[in-house]
Amino acid sequence: MIEIRHVDKWYGPSFQALKDCTTAVAKGEVVVVCGPSGSGKSTLIKCVNALEPFQSGEIILDGIKVNDPRTDLPKLRARVGMVFQHFELFPHLKIIENLCLAQEKVLGRSHDEAVAKAEKLLDRVGLQEHARKYPAELSGGQQQRVAIARALAMDPIAMLFDEPTSALDPEMISEVLDVMVDLAREGMTMMVVTHEMGFASKVAHRVIFMDKGEIVEDALREDFFGSPRSDRAQKFLSKILSH
Amino acid sequence: MSYNWNWSIFFEPAPGGTGTYFDMLLSGLWLTIQTGVFAWIIALVFGSVIGVLRTLPSMTASWVGFAYVEFFRNMPLLVQLFLWFFVLPELLPRSWGLWLKQLPNAPFYTAAIGVGLFMSARVAVQLAAGIASLPRGQKQAATALGLTTSQAYRYVLLPIAYRIIMPPLTSEFLNTIKNTAVAITIGLIELTGQARSMQEFSFQVFEAFTAATVMYLLINIVVVTGMRFLERRLAIPGYITGK
Amino acid sequence: MFATFDFDVIRRSLGYLFLEGMTFTLTLTALSAVGGIIFGTLIALMRLSGYKLLGRIAGLYVDFMRSLPLVLVIFWFYFLVPYVGQWVTGASRPVSVGAFTSALVTFIMFEAAYFSEIMRAGIQSISKGQPAAANALGLTYAQTMRYVVLPQAFRNMLPVLLTQTIVLFQDTSLVYVLSMPDFLGAASKVAQRDGRLVEMYLFAAVVYFTISCVASFGVRRLQARISIVR
Repeated sequence: MIEIRHVDKWYGPSFQALKDCTTAVAKGEVVVVCGPSGSGKSTLIKCVNALEPFQSGEIILDGIKVNDPRTDLPKLRARVGMVFQHFELFPHLKIIENLCLAQEKVLGRSHDEAVAKAEKLLDRVGLQEHARKYPAELSGGQQQRVAIARALAMDPIAMLFDEPTSALDPEMISEVLDVMVDLAREGMTMMVVTHEMGFASKVAHRVIFMDKGEIVEDALREDFFGSPRSDRAQKFLSKILSH
Repeated sequence: MSYNWNWSIFFEPAPGGTGTYFDMLLSGLWLTIQTGVFAWIIALVFGSVIGVLRTLPSMTASWVGFAYVEFFRNMPLLVQLFLWFFVLPELLPRSWGLWLKQLPNAPFYTAAIGVGLFMSARVAVQLAAGIASLPRGQKQAATALGLTTSQAYRYVLLPIAYRIIMPPLTSEFLNTIKNTAVAITIGLIELTGQARSMQEFSFQVFEAFTAATVMYLLINIVVVTGMRFLERRLAIPGYITGK
Repeated sequence: MFATFDFDVIRRSLGYLFLEGMTFTLTLTALSAVGGIIFGTLIALMRLSGYKLLGRIAGLYVDFMRSLPLVLVIFWFYFLVPYVGQWVTGASRPVSVGAFTSALVTFIMFEAAYFSEIMRAGIQSISKGQPAAANALGLTYAQTMRYVVLPQAFRNMLPVLLTQTIVLFQDTSLVYVLSMPDFLGAASKVAQRDGRLVEMYLFAAVVYFTISCVASFGVRRLQARISIVR
């Protein structure tokens, strides 16, 4: 479903953010990407739907080359859902309008159709009674659940999560993770940048460990948590799991 | 002070036979409002286009935006009005220039367009700053949903940015109205111009200027009140703008 | 397109334009900026003094000035200053003060309203710990302002103050309405005497544009340097 081949990315002439990254996410697979901050994991996931350009290599999404200038990027992006660290709900639109905007403007759905879909998804993330509120009136955890629903409203073929819980207060993390676990169990293709190792050990099929722009380890979940092969991954795990 | 006050002067007939001195000032006030509103519409339209250009990633677009703003910001408004009024008709092909010069109400159009373009540079700077102040993730979230760049601006970035820059836009609107007084130099007899002619005809300098001053203060109060009302109407619940 | 134009008129009047006109403009700009910043700082201090009445008066002054078009204010002072002069000196007739003085008073009073807002922002941007530390050392209010707060506020706001001065430089062209011999006034006199409006106004535009551009470029560089130091 997502194929990443030999991707290099530089910021300016001197700083290489991604070094020869190669991996893949199969249909229905859940892949967790972890690593210390600044390791390039957010950059990598943003390359998948071309929010970040990269200089060499290729990324193929459902058979379509992302970095081909002929690719209709808006159309491609509409098929992949993305959830951001800081939610990025549109503050001037009501919750329901946040869910309907792209359905109507990008997919061309009728307003009624979009609203029906939105209400179904809000119900699913447990927020139907908040449909007529504005984002700033909701808690962080609620906003992130809305953001997930907004992405799902586009009927995506895969979902990208960029540190979806790291801006949340601790008591709100689980309500978001619960939604993500349900999604994973339903067979959604997911690429998740996160430090939540509990989530990884529960639903991930594979875990990718990145450091300094490189994919250091790309292993099945059991292997990764059993005995990571690299020193760097071991050190990282011990730091994260020690408390 | 050896000045002979005569407040009843306002009710004495003005030379020219069109009414009292007070009527004269009122017609000036009306012309000031008309010119100011016309100029403000021009400033908003051109300022918005240029402001958006300044925030686009394209080098050409931001250069055009930069050059436009520098052009209109680095010349006194008075000189710009002279360029439009005296110089432009001479540089055009003869027949166009002649048509321009014979245009009825030429001072009015020149003032509205000249002040409008002058102010558009300042609107552009405010809008670009407003857009730049939005979190980068907003544009990314819109893009990730499949919205095109123009859709992202139309539905997400601009509605928020305009709300954020409401307070500075209020003062720019007031500046636009005040700046129409400069058009006295190209023969537009607006409020300041009428006060000046009242002073010349009646020799009651301070009464004339006091009346004009009071009228400008009234314009300010009306505009500020109106804009506050608009600001409150457009406020997003829970979302604090300007911070 | 320019075939019928006579650009030699510019060369012939350069001396008059710059030695008289531009000198008038630059002197007026410099003195108004200095006076405006000093008076503006006083207004800002009044607003922040904590004395309600003083603050209200200063606030009203600023709002009042900022509500009026500069052209109207120029007319006001042109007619008002002689009467004030008479009142101050106790003369029997309004004192004629000359075009330059009248313009200078106008611009100081007018621009002070704008400068005061800049200085107020500058003073407010300094952390509360600074005056507290100065007070703890035994400095009086005046000493605290003079030696601790104002120098920092002034330095932080220098780019904004200079940008406002560039605006002031352009605004001085409005003394045209009183037929004063500033740069634009001089250009306009030549233009009308020789019937060379196009040439003279284009030249005036180029000169104002060049000076403002160079000055704002300088301010941007200064700003970049300051932000690195901090």
